[in-house]
Formats: sequence, structure tokens, C-alpha cells
Amino acid sequence: MVLTPIQALCIILAVSAGTQLTRWLPFWLFPEDKEPPVVVTYLGRVLPSAMMGLLVVYCLKGVDWLAAPHGLPELLSVAAVALLHRWKGNVLLSIGGGTALYMLLVQAVFA
Amino acid sequence: MERLKPNKTAALRAAFPVTVPVMTGYLCLGMAFGVLMKTNGYGALWSGLMSLLCFAGSMQFVTITLLTAVFDPLQAFLLSVMVNARHIFYGLAVLDKYKGLGKARGFLIFALTDESFSLVSSVEPPAGVERKDFYFWLSLLNYLYWVGGSVLGGLAGSLITFDTTGMDFALTALFVVLFIEQLKKKENRAAGLAGAACAAAALAVFGADNLVIPAMVLILLTLLGGRKKQWF
Repeated sequence: MVLTPIQALCIILAVSAGTQLTRWLPFWLFPEDKEPPVVVTYLGRVLPSAMMGLLVVYCLKGVDWLAAPHGLPELLSVAAVALLHRWKGNVLLSIGGGTALYMLLVQAVFA
Repeated sequence: MERLKPNKTAALRAAFPVTVPVMTGYLCLGMAFGVLMKTNGYGALWSGLMSLLCFAGSMQFVTITLLTAVFDPLQAFLLSVMVNARHIFYGLAVLDKYKGLGKARGFLIFALTDESFSLVSSVEPPAGVERKDFYFWLSLLNYLYWVGGSVLGGLAGSLITFDTTGMDFALTALFVVLFIEQLKKKENRAAGLAGAACAAAALAVFGADNLVIPAMVLILLTLLGGRKKQWF
């Protein structure tokens, strides 16, 4: 199935509108010149760390834990990121080291 | 390029190193997106256009399948609301940080991706750099990496001989690092662990394709339920 250029543009605009709706909604509901309800302020304080937890899981959602290599490349690389980060505390080193290890694992070791 | 005022260049200099992991991830994923678009009959212009208008990583990959199926814009709209529903929580989380930022604010909200949100909520601008300028450069650089990567992928994806498999792990690693940073702060620890646990539970029950909304509901219920008891 091939869409006409106008149809393709419509799809892209629809996706853009849906995405933007999710980004603007909170700012429309709670405009900056008004004090938001206490519960919203509370959520604003606790959500960032909760969402970082969700994002880590979200990134690993495609891993098949039952089939070989049982998520080993991901587990080892995440562990490497955590250890490097505890050891040196340098964000770029932790991310660069973990990514390099992951590339090595998926390209050469568990290929 | 117009001449930047000293404090603006200071903001750019402060923002750039922070965005390097995102650059790695966005260029790789953006190029992968451009290549995939190309193999489905949509060249660099289409990839660039979609990235400019949507700026929504995983949803753009889903959109490729919508562009090669029966024309259904309503489904496209609803699907993108569902896939990107997590952005609603990002907005709630940065309501306060994005207060009073003037003209930059609209662009910051437009560009509030997973990665921009993560950086904005974890990294404070250094002394002497305005919050507004710092967040603006973070978001703009990320936007440029993504658009640039998608166009490059459409133009020259097939010319790359270097095996980039796994390079997009940079984004996972970024989230892991920022998660650790959140857990280091005692007052954030419980909420961070609760977020991960809720997402893992949603993944186990609803599977990889339908995890976002159940995870958000679980997180919301947990955070609200723990409010009176001061768990978080």
C-alpha cells in the first residue's frame, strides 16, 4: 500500500498533533499564572524520579529474557554503567563505557 | 549566524557537554529511522519533515508502519496520543521549572522528549547561566541531532560501512545514569524505585507493546496512595 503525498502528510500531521497534545496538556490545564493544586505540586516533585525508573524499564522492554542470550548483553552493560558511575562519577565515561561494552557484546560476543 | 551575547554562548557551552550522550543516541536512531523510511519509499525530505513536525523517537518508527498501511489519520492520532501519553507526566514534572521562561517556553514544551525531560529534570544550569537559556540550548541541540540524524539516514544511510549496531544503547545508558543520580538523593529514592517496579509489573502483565498506559496508571495510584502516608 502506498499513500499519496497528501495522505502521507496527513498521517504525519496527525501524529504530530497527537504528540503535541500530550506535551501541552499539563501546561494548558495548569497555566503558569495560577497556582496549581497541591496534589499537582506533589506529583511534580515525585514524578521525575518515578519516570526515570519507568524509562529504564521502557528501554529494556524489548529484551527476551527466556531466549538466549537471556538479556545478558543488556544486564552486563547496565551493570557496567552503574559500576563506572559509582567509581568515577563521570557521566560521559559511564555512558561511553557502557555503550562500547554493549556494542562489543552484541556484535562480537553474543552475535 | 547572528552574534550571540556572552551569557548565551556560556549557556551553549554549558549545555553542549550535557547533550553528548543524546547526540550519540539521536544520531544513531535518527539515521536508523531515515534508512527505514528510505527502504519504505520515503526519502530524506520525508524523514526530515516528520522529525521536524513530530520530534517523537519511538512514535516515528511506528509511523513508518502507518505510512505503509491503509490511510487512517484518526488511528494515527490516537496511537500517537497513547504511545506518547508518558509526556503528560513530564509536563506535570516540569511545570515549575518551565514557569516564567517567556518566549522560549513554547519551544521547550514542543520539544519535551524523554531525553530533554530527563536532562532538564536532572541537571541544573551552572552559576551565571540563565535557566531559560540553558534549557533552550539543551532542547534545541537535541532537536537538531534528531532532525539531522533522520535526514542523514535518508541521504547517506547506505554509505555507512561501520557497524553501529548497539550504539543506540547510549540512550539506555543515559537513563540508567540519570536514574542512579535520582536514587542518590534520599528524598527521591522511594519514588524512583516505585516507578521502576510499576513499569516492570506493567511490562510483565501487559507485554512490551502495551506497557506505557498501565505503567502510568500504576505509578499514579502508587504515588497518590503513598502521599498521605508520606512514603515518597
